[in-house]
Amino acid sequence: MRTTTRLATAMTAVGALTLTACGGSGFDDDTSTEDAAGRSISVLIGSSGDAETAAVTAAVDAWSAESGVDATVNVASDLSQQLSQGFAGGSPADVFYLTNDTVATYASNGSLDAYVDGLANVDDFYPNVLDSFTYDSEVYAAPKDFSTLALIINTDLWAAAGLTDADVPTTWDELETVAAALTTDTTVGLAISPEFARVGAFFAQNGGWLVDEDGTPAADSPENVEALTYVKDLMAAGSLKYATDVGAGWGGEAFGTGAAAMTIEGNWITGALTNDYPDVAYTVAELPAGPAGKGTIQFNGGWGVAADSPSKDDATALVEYLTQPEQQLGFSEAFGVMPAVLSAADTWKTDNPDLAPFLEGADYARSIPSVVGISDVVEDLNAQLQALSSGDPQTILDSTQQNLEAIVP
Amino acid sequence: MTTTQDRPQTRTPRPRKSRTHGREAAAGWLFISPMLVLLGLFLVVPVLMAAWVSVSDWSGRGSPFSSDVSFVGTDNYSALLSEPGLAQSDFGRALRNNGYYVLFVIPLQTAVSLFLAVMVNRRILRGRGFFRTAFYFPSVTSSVAITVIFLFLFSTTGAVNKALSWLGVNGPSWFSDPGGIIHVALRGLGVDTPPAALAEHGLLGNSWWDWLSGPSPAMSVFIIMAVFTTSGTFMLLYVSALQNIQGEIEEAGIMDGANGWQRFRSITLPMLKPTTFTVLTLGLIGTWQVFDQIYVGTQGGPAKTTLTPAYLSYTSSFQNNQWGRGAAIAFVLFAIIVTMTIVQRILLRERTAVPRRRRFYPDGKDER
Repeated sequence: MRTTTRLATAMTAVGALTLTACGGSGFDDDTSTEDAAGRSISVLIGSSGDAETAAVTAAVDAWSAESGVDATVNVASDLSQQLSQGFAGGSPADVFYLTNDTVATYASNGSLDAYVDGLANVDDFYPNVLDSFTYDSEVYAAPKDFSTLALIINTDLWAAAGLTDADVPTTWDELETVAAALTTDTTVGLAISPEFARVGAFFAQNGGWLVDEDGTPAADSPENVEALTYVKDLMAAGSLKYATDVGAGWGGEAFGTGAAAMTIEGNWITGALTNDYPDVAYTVAELPAGPAGKGTIQFNGGWGVAADSPSKDDATALVEYLTQPEQQLGFSEAFGVMPAVLSAADTWKTDNPDLAPFLEGADYARSIPSVVGISDVVEDLNAQLQALSSGDPQTILDSTQQNLEAIVP
Repeated sequence: MTTTQDRPQTRTPRPRKSRTHGREAAAGWLFISPMLVLLGLFLVVPVLMAAWVSVSDWSGRGSPFSSDVSFVGTDNYSALLSEPGLAQSDFGRALRNNGYYVLFVIPLQTAVSLFLAVMVNRRILRGRGFFRTAFYFPSVTSSVAITVIFLFLFSTTGAVNKALSWLGVNGPSWFSDPGGIIHVALRGLGVDTPPAALAEHGLLGNSWWDWLSGPSPAMSVFIIMAVFTTSGTFMLLYVSALQNIQGEIEEAGIMDGANGWQRFRSITLPMLKPTTFTVLTLGLIGTWQVFDQIYVGTQGGPAKTTLTPAYLSYTSSFQNNQWGRGAAIAFVLFAIIVTMTIVQRILLRERTAVPRRRRFYPDGKDER
């Protein structure tokens, strides 16, 4: 194993050197169409639907027309499987979607090119989004978009329970009060998906997280135990339920069907509500602050470039084009994601005033640590969280701590 | 065995025989060579490659045979079998879940398929063809489609829970309740906390109490589904075996004054033994390899209660890039299947040895 890591580092270094070598010519140089003849790159995306596929294809085609390089967009049916197959077979797609929780896995075996530092617009990305794509102090993906969690409130049920705008919860106590007030025989106050990617927001609000600032495992910290106990208490009081326990696949479904008056979800919920439950009136609020202040979780999407790609220059140029503010705002309009570049933030907020709480979250959001094997640990934590109502917070977090200690170098 | 008629043929002059046989052998090899090449290319070579990956530290980039990949001995196997950790406890959990699946599915599907076969084989049954088709139908439907239908039927607010509510039963949320049915039953009897002896000791990173949980409601749905989909296929095997049992034997039983159950128990069932062996073996292999239902339906959830070795092997390899571990899981699974098949073969073979004195025909004639 250790040999592999060293090897991976070596390969990364080689990759970085290659990139520096290319840096001389620069990506901005206009490559004339004749030079580009016969060159081609492939793009692999995991699409949320036709809107996303169409928008990405249009953007890539526009770049293709401008640069003269042929580019094809393929939609993966199972992105991680197809990426793994590409890397193993030695012929991966040149440019592809990556999420922050998979970066460590692919970077550790040298499959990814650490090209991001060479981008002209590297300073425009949200720093904490860039951080989440960092493995071994190299950045492996240029942020494409990101999402944060916020509190989604059903305004009709809210009014029916006699609550007003002034009651929107800003603390844990207030959340407890409104969740109880909203709970009826047929509706639960708050329903969330049974996973760390939701429950973990409470950890962050209490100053805890899976790891501390130095990256040392800290899952069993008193802050985390307290946060998980708070969630468990809400559950015992009947004002918080898992979406699966009210017959829904995820928080958005529980919210849309009216089984829950509030849910904690990311900005992707807006698309789902528009499509599937257009009659539900809702408002978005920042998650209530815990004892240690505000906290939420962010999920980041980025563009990866394969280390084995024969056309890394073209790939990098494409990514640079796709991460410009105009493109990011275009994607946002087409399929509702939040731009990951600072220069587009203000425009986005003006265009989407109702969704601003999602973007506010970027200032204090935490993301899943970028460590090899983290998905197994989170998966195991999820499994235990599903039995939280009969489980013991301390025991759950102790076992997660053990699992984390086994993978953090 | 030693019939005199066969002898002359084997005594044909040597040269001629070998020439003919030589040519026949060559032709034989020629005819099977496409198949051999295909099998070799798509079966033997990949299996050997997987065997190498399971003892290597291949990280999933480039060829597993490149010089960067090194031999790590049994590291991948010991991570699963002897080193405490997440890999081991996940594997233990997968074995437990699949063990319960096998334990419930095999007896149920064998019994149900035999029952159906006997029913549709009756001459007095009207519309036998219709019933045969109806019972066989689930087997030809894609398992993905059936899984999706079952997901709907067994959802918390689905048809099954509706039907249960008419009977006054509050159905569980099938796909989100992580409690095993034995645990739930024990809780009903007032056993809420595990006895210390069971909680403190265990195997493969799971306490004995965990091992004794029983299948979760989600796994139970998959068990019902497996019985529903496979018993049709096995029913066909039994039907064809039943049709080979001649009416005279049945008549002889009637003459001897045996009633219906006695004839089934002492005549039909023993004569079906070869088919039963096939059904059990196919069942054993199929149930230990359960994958598509899990992949489509639950992805191992809730709380890892539908994780199976085959699915774990897939996620380890393709999602976590632990290719060595994924391959090792596949080989442990292979070992389990082979061992259980051999054990079952030995068990069934012993019972087929009918004591000599009970043989109906004198020695020698029964083999005709």
